[in-house]
Amino acid sequence: MGYSFDFSSINPANLKVLGDGMLLSLEITATAVVVGIIWGTLLAMMRLSSIKPLQWFAAGYVNVFRSIPLVMVLLWFFLIVPQFLQKIFNLSPADDLRVASALVAFSLFEAAYYSEIIRAGIQSVPKGQIAAAQALGMSYGQSMRLVILPQAFRNMVPLLLTQGIVLFQDTSLVYVSALAEFFGEAYGIGERDGRIVEMMLFAGAVYFVICFGASLLVRYYQKKVVL
Amino acid sequence: MIEIKNVSKWYGGFQVLTDCTTSVAKGDVMVVCGPSGSGKSTLIKTVNGLEPIQKGEILVDNISVGSPKTNLSKLRARIGMVFQNFELFPHLSIRQNLTIAQVKVLGRSEEEATAKGLKYLDRVGLLAQKDKYPGQLSGGQQQRVAIARALSMDPIAMLFDEPTSALDPEMINEVLDVMVGLAQEGMTMMVVTHEMGFAKRVANHIVFMDKGQIVEDCTKDEFFGSPRSERARDFLAKIIH
Repeated sequence: MGYSFDFSSINPANLKVLGDGMLLSLEITATAVVVGIIWGTLLAMMRLSSIKPLQWFAAGYVNVFRSIPLVMVLLWFFLIVPQFLQKIFNLSPADDLRVASALVAFSLFEAAYYSEIIRAGIQSVPKGQIAAAQALGMSYGQSMRLVILPQAFRNMVPLLLTQGIVLFQDTSLVYVSALAEFFGEAYGIGERDGRIVEMMLFAGAVYFVICFGASLLVRYYQKKVVL
Repeated sequence: MIEIKNVSKWYGGFQVLTDCTTSVAKGDVMVVCGPSGSGKSTLIKTVNGLEPIQKGEILVDNISVGSPKTNLSKLRARIGMVFQNFELFPHLSIRQNLTIAQVKVLGRSEEEATAKGLKYLDRVGLLAQKDKYPGQLSGGQQQRVAIARALSMDPIAMLFDEPTSALDPEMINEVLDVMVGLAQEGMTMMVVTHEMGFAKRVANHIVFMDKGQIVEDCTKDEFFGSPRSERARDFLAKIIH
């Protein structure tokens, strides 16, 4: 009495819904990668600066976010941020702020991880480089922007992309806020049609293809570009 | 041009420079030598403020390096520096290495900066390499580009921190030749080096350091003829075969 598979739920109508979900997943990923890298760079520079309060802030930030499960951060933001925004901007409770709160939560969370990658990247640039930049009259900001960060990022690209792939998988956790991203949609369809096993197999296969494909690209880049 | 007055420096509790006083006049070439760990690299880095000092004063062109009122970046832009490990920017082409500080720090136009940079690149004999990247050049070539990069800023003085120590022996002379040429043109230079041949050829005076102190500060003839201190005599005996 084996389980009999029925993949009829994977039909054009449902695929359209899943496609829209995938778009939202990718939107969250892209936003969190971009904002996370920018905010993470600032955090890394604070952590490496000689100004103690900035160092403490950045270290505290990174340690807090790295010590809390992502799913809890998402839930908190889902519960708190919408109410908070409604209060200050005087929005009606009907406005859907779930996407906004998910974007904020992911960006802030991932920045903690990105900042550690970027910090290591900055530290991988030989110390003499900043001395040379400053000896040419560059300010600290110019030395960072023109000399250190370009080299750091060149060394870091594979790691940043790999973190982006992890982040893409993590977007599935948004289902706790009942947002219609890919995983949430797949789960919803599976429940509705009583075909949860098939839908989860399908969703897993899609994640695998996208993530494995992306890591192959990263590996190719690593071989090709980074010498 | 460069005046170092009673300079002392500590790393935590460890004193690396003790009451160092010397000066380089305009057009002079000073060679700083001494055993490793004697503080000579630290001393030269205090001149453009890469190493801060805790006591004493350093004046470059009558501007105090350590004063909070001094715009240190502006002052550094006027002092060329060449490092032991070249420190060209590996992510930029040779041409960009020559122009980036001219454009971003001095505010020169791209064309003006390129013209000046290539003029000095030609002078060090590497014009053909202008579109390569530092990693594609030999050590000696990289160091010559580094000299051209510093010269492109029209410096009032040049600092050399062991410019040939990281080079294979066969490349040392191509770099020294460029430096000798500069010295003969009247560039004010402070050079940390073990190359006593170079010192003999172009130095006006020689500073010998040991354990963070200036032990001898004399003319080249005095130094090679009859150094007063035993430590300098010892050092010379070891270094000159």
